[in-house]
Amino acid sequence: MTNLIWLVIALPLAGALFNGIFGRRVGYQVVAKVAPTTVFLAFLVGLGGAFETYARHGEAQLVTLWTWAEIGELNIPISFLVDPLSMTMVLVVTGVGFLIHIYATDYMVHHHHGEVHPDRDFARFFAFLNLFIASMLVLVLGDNYLMMFIGWELVGACSYLLIGFWHDRPDDPQAAIEVEGGESVEVAPLLSPAASGMKAFVVNRIGDVGFALGVFLIWTTFGTLQFDQLFSRIASSAEMYRESALHGDFTVISAIALLLFIGAMGKSAQFLLYVWLPDAMAGPTPVSALIHAATMVTAGVYMIVRSNVIYASAPNVSFFVAVVGAFTSFFAATIALVQVDLKRVLAYSTVSQLGYMFMAVGVGAYTAGIFHLVTHAFFKACLFLAAGSVMHALGDVIDIRRMGGLRKKMPHTAMTFYLGGLALAGFPLTAGFFSKDEILAKAFEYSPLLWGIGIVTAGMTAFYTFRAIFLAFEGEPRDQELYDHAHENRLAVTGPLWILAVLAIFGGLLGLPAPVLHELGIDVPHVMENWLHPIIQEVGHHEEHHPSLTTELILLASSGGLAVISILVAYYFYMINRSIPQTLARSTRPLFALLVNKYYIDELYNTVFVEPALTLSNTMSRGIDQTLIDGIVDGSAYGIAELGKYLSQLQSGFISRYALATFIGVLFLVGYFFLLGQFPNWIN
Amino acid sequence: MILTFLLVVPIIGAISLIFLPRENKQLINWFAFAVTVVNVVISLHLYLLYDVSSEGYQFTLKIAWIPSLNVYYHIGIDGLSVFLILLTTFLSAIAVISSWTAIDEQVKEYMALMLLLETAVIGVFISLDLFLFYLFWEASLIPMALLIGRWGGKDRIYASIKFILYTMSGSALMLVAAIVVYNFGDGVNPTSDLPTLVAHSHLISEDMQKLLFFAFILAFSVKVPLFPLHTWLPAAHVQAPTAGSIILAGVLLKLGTYSMMRFAIPLFPKAVAFWSPLLVTLAVIGILYGALVALVQDDVKKLVAYSSVAHMGFVVLGIFVMDQNGMMSRQAMSAAVLQMVNHGLSTGMLFFLVGVLYERRHTREFSQYGGIWVKVPVFGSFFILAAFSSVGLPGLNGFVGEFLILMGTFSRNPVAALFATFGIVLAAWYILTAVRKILFGPFNPANNNLTDMNPREIGISLAFIIPCFFIGFFPNTLLKIINPSTESIASLVDTAILIVSK
Amino acid sequence: MIGAVPLSYYLLLSAILFTIGAGGVLIRRNAIIILMCVEMMMNAVNLTFVAFSSYLDSATGQIFVFMIMVVAAVEVAVGLALLVELNRHKEAVNIDEFNSLKG
Repeated sequence: MTNLIWLVIALPLAGALFNGIFGRRVGYQVVAKVAPTTVFLAFLVGLGGAFETYARHGEAQLVTLWTWAEIGELNIPISFLVDPLSMTMVLVVTGVGFLIHIYATDYMVHHHHGEVHPDRDFARFFAFLNLFIASMLVLVLGDNYLMMFIGWELVGACSYLLIGFWHDRPDDPQAAIEVEGGESVEVAPLLSPAASGMKAFVVNRIGDVGFALGVFLIWTTFGTLQFDQLFSRIASSAEMYRESALHGDFTVISAIALLLFIGAMGKSAQFLLYVWLPDAMAGPTPVSALIHAATMVTAGVYMIVRSNVIYASAPNVSFFVAVVGAFTSFFAATIALVQVDLKRVLAYSTVSQLGYMFMAVGVGAYTAGIFHLVTHAFFKACLFLAAGSVMHALGDVIDIRRMGGLRKKMPHTAMTFYLGGLALAGFPLTAGFFSKDEILAKAFEYSPLLWGIGIVTAGMTAFYTFRAIFLAFEGEPRDQELYDHAHENRLAVTGPLWILAVLAIFGGLLGLPAPVLHELGIDVPHVMENWLHPIIQEVGHHEEHHPSLTTELILLASSGGLAVISILVAYYFYMINRSIPQTLARSTRPLFALLVNKYYIDELYNTVFVEPALTLSNTMSRGIDQTLIDGIVDGSAYGIAELGKYLSQLQSGFISRYALATFIGVLFLVGYFFLLGQFPNWIN
Repeated sequence: MILTFLLVVPIIGAISLIFLPRENKQLINWFAFAVTVVNVVISLHLYLLYDVSSEGYQFTLKIAWIPSLNVYYHIGIDGLSVFLILLTTFLSAIAVISSWTAIDEQVKEYMALMLLLETAVIGVFISLDLFLFYLFWEASLIPMALLIGRWGGKDRIYASIKFILYTMSGSALMLVAAIVVYNFGDGVNPTSDLPTLVAHSHLISEDMQKLLFFAFILAFSVKVPLFPLHTWLPAAHVQAPTAGSIILAGVLLKLGTYSMMRFAIPLFPKAVAFWSPLLVTLAVIGILYGALVALVQDDVKKLVAYSSVAHMGFVVLGIFVMDQNGMMSRQAMSAAVLQMVNHGLSTGMLFFLVGVLYERRHTREFSQYGGIWVKVPVFGSFFILAAFSSVGLPGLNGFVGEFLILMGTFSRNPVAALFATFGIVLAAWYILTAVRKILFGPFNPANNNLTDMNPREIGISLAFIIPCFFIGFFPNTLLKIINPSTESIASLVDTAILIVSK
Repeated sequence: MIGAVPLSYYLLLSAILFTIGAGGVLIRRNAIIILMCVEMMMNAVNLTFVAFSSYLDSATGQIFVFMIMVVAAVEVAVGLALLVELNRHKEAVNIDEFNSLKG
């Protein structure tokens, strides 16, 4: 299987080609079978690869296909790396991807009184979705930074195409949010899918500049882009880099780490470059679940874990990564508190959870980062798909102000949303609880302040998740017409939901807190850590100072307890005493407006970057190009023409004048030489 | 001999066109296309016969042309020119077939000019004699200017004259410089034979080389076009008929960058280090400037024209970037050659697609379109692919060139690479803006009668996009042929620098 | 015989003739008269040639004179033909009427 690992990519790619070229002709039912099948087959190949990797005890294996480019000392092959990390990602991408494909085969179809109406571009949708899977697999399987960059760019393009899938839809104006006493806070309209897709692509490209420069710097410094060669070259002097970075030097490794991280900030929506992700919700919901929650946005985390040698050798940049991650997680959580769009609540929570992951890898807890990546893929995909199920039932309404009481109409969707929500909130013993706790514990070791930010964010996360749940699924219907219209979805939708919900609850088994349980007399392995162990290289001599059992237990209890308390608070606010949120919003109105408007970051970017760039473009186009340069060019041509016109007046047309001019000329010449006293020698 | 066929076949075709009946446009169209296809076949044959393992020129032919002046009919190709020749024959065939419906008046003259243009361009790519080169270089102007001036848009005369004057005034200095070089000759006799001149380039003093290099580069920079000598390009593109734009962007611009590598650098290797900083700076400015200006155009063709300024900036950057010690980057240089081909394909395709729209709606204003992907799904898909190719998406050709140029540049001049890399952000911005304004958004009812592409147009689009994918996946197929040539050019400069520094 | 008249007399006469001719070309408007004046200038030159030829005892000058006479004949033939044509077009012999080459 390992040698056939390229099939993992080739299968969805073939699916994409088939659906893209023939999809319209063969009809939607064929497409609906082909697209998930290719992903499922890829999943099987991935499973085979994973088992073989396990049998090899995690030893990495290279599969080289062909030479991509060879110039002078540069040699870049198209090759794949089969190791625990890449296999983990392959399984997540194809596994979750497969479920989402199944889900989408029903989501992209509208049932109307027994009639079936597939989306106008049903085939195109699955072509793109398959293409995305293939691209994402290139990203995670590539054996060098070029392959990673290729995947990196391709997933961005697929994301662009899929966000803008309903490309002819206009901007979506939003109703203002009422606060107590008839006052309201304006909400900016949602960008159209086409504009959102473009925004995503361009913002990502800003990050890509950083990533590309990082790759260039790697090649310039180390002369290779291959992971194994590069990492062994760095590892030999990693200690030195680490020491000098700790002494305040900004080493070349630090520069590489920082540049690559800029790429991650774009792709994984971290602070400064996160602005595209909320708008990406304009895409169909399966896309939001697959690309903008489970897989693509975690590429940055994958990249850092893959480059763990680099980041371990650059503790200064790692610190920066952790700080950015922590800040992003907090920042996004505050915005999520007040959003009225169900998908956007989830989008900001994704940004926030990605922040967690970066905090993890920043503090050196690479396994914890990947662990959270995996559990997050389960529960966030589950939540998004459940939200999509609601949208599907309500005719694309996603505003939670128009929902309410939906649990009775859609029991499966509600239950799975609850389960996913519990995992996201970090409710004890769910998958999210274990992965989040592991991150918080590692952060506590690193710096209690980071832990503090993390725990506050965890509280907010539990609160806003259940705020959304209570508003959507409990209480009285706020829009009776919509409520009457609502219905539970088919098995193709609820099936994947339940599988993901189960994974969201039991995914924690992959990473039980083994040391703590060991102390308590229970011996279980930390599956994830043992599995990923071969790819994490130890740099520097940390003393293995595990916090005491008491501390560990307190940390566990506090995060679990906080989750429960926050859920209860949300219950009180939105189920028992519903006037509290409105009163709060009114009393803190400026803050509330600030949060609703997402800190006005979009507006700020528009004023500071987009508008000036357009003004500059206009100035250049009219001022420099048309006026200055063309002024000189056309001006010189015009000048010569004018001169010609002036001189042409000499050409009067009167022969006698010409004759006179000739005569005078001759006289001058003769006179000149006569006065000179001698004639030039050619006269003789 | 085979190279001479490439030159002669279009000329014979053009002459034969005279004898075809003027009324039978169908026959003329087919005949002209057949001639270009013959040339495509010859050039493919050439590629298959090309010996990858051997260095230096191949298929050379050297006949004394004006013996008393030591002027030769000396032709030959190497890795630098082989793909450009393929590109030329390929784009000529496409240009002819894409004109079948677009051109209705004086088809005979039009096709004859197209064929003559092909000869002139191929002539530039295979000349190994300064005199011969100059002849073809100037000859390529005439058919193009006539194509723009006769079959162009509203301001065609202005554009045509601007095109001719701009390029001619650039070439004037080159002629003077060429005569100077010719008189240096091999130190004893004046000669215009390129390999001889290159072998004796050390005879010319460094200061003289700087002057002569400038004169040559000025002519070539106008053609590229390098900022700030680019303003003829938007005018020419907007007015030119579709096929004219395809050839202009696809092939004529490459004459400039090709000649830089074939003539300017090998003839004056000591001058490269002196002029490199200026050229690199202008190239980087061009990349950013072209992209920024493209952002606010309201005419699709203008947008693509300015994008050419940016893309060709990458090529010039790749050719001339060097570190402080004057070491050239092989990676950037080889990639620059590749990027010439890439730009020809992707921009050619964009112009073709714009032409498809223009033929149906007779407008290129963005405001006249919008949301048409619904109406023309096939066209839309190809347009997005072309845009992706232009924007440098991996898997397609543009990425290979840009990435390797930037990587090579970074290893020599990180600052230039830093600024140039921002060009890819702006590229995404303007190209996707174009895609969005044309294909996306609410459907503009003005396009109600728009029809999707016909089989001929689909065939042309496929002919464009398949090579794009091929280069994107297997660039090494091309690079391994290009590498020896760039290596020899780069080592000429390196040697010259070593001598100077001693 | 020629020795009796000094060379300078011939030269002076030819200079006078030439000047009259040149003045005529410059001043007169009538195309036919201008043509005649041109003839006169040429013959003034011829006179110089012949005078020098005799003075220097060389035949070259006389050969030149024949050449000039032939050219003059041709010129008159072409010039008069042109004039006739012009006269048909514009019904004028005044050369100031013919200024269509004005810049």
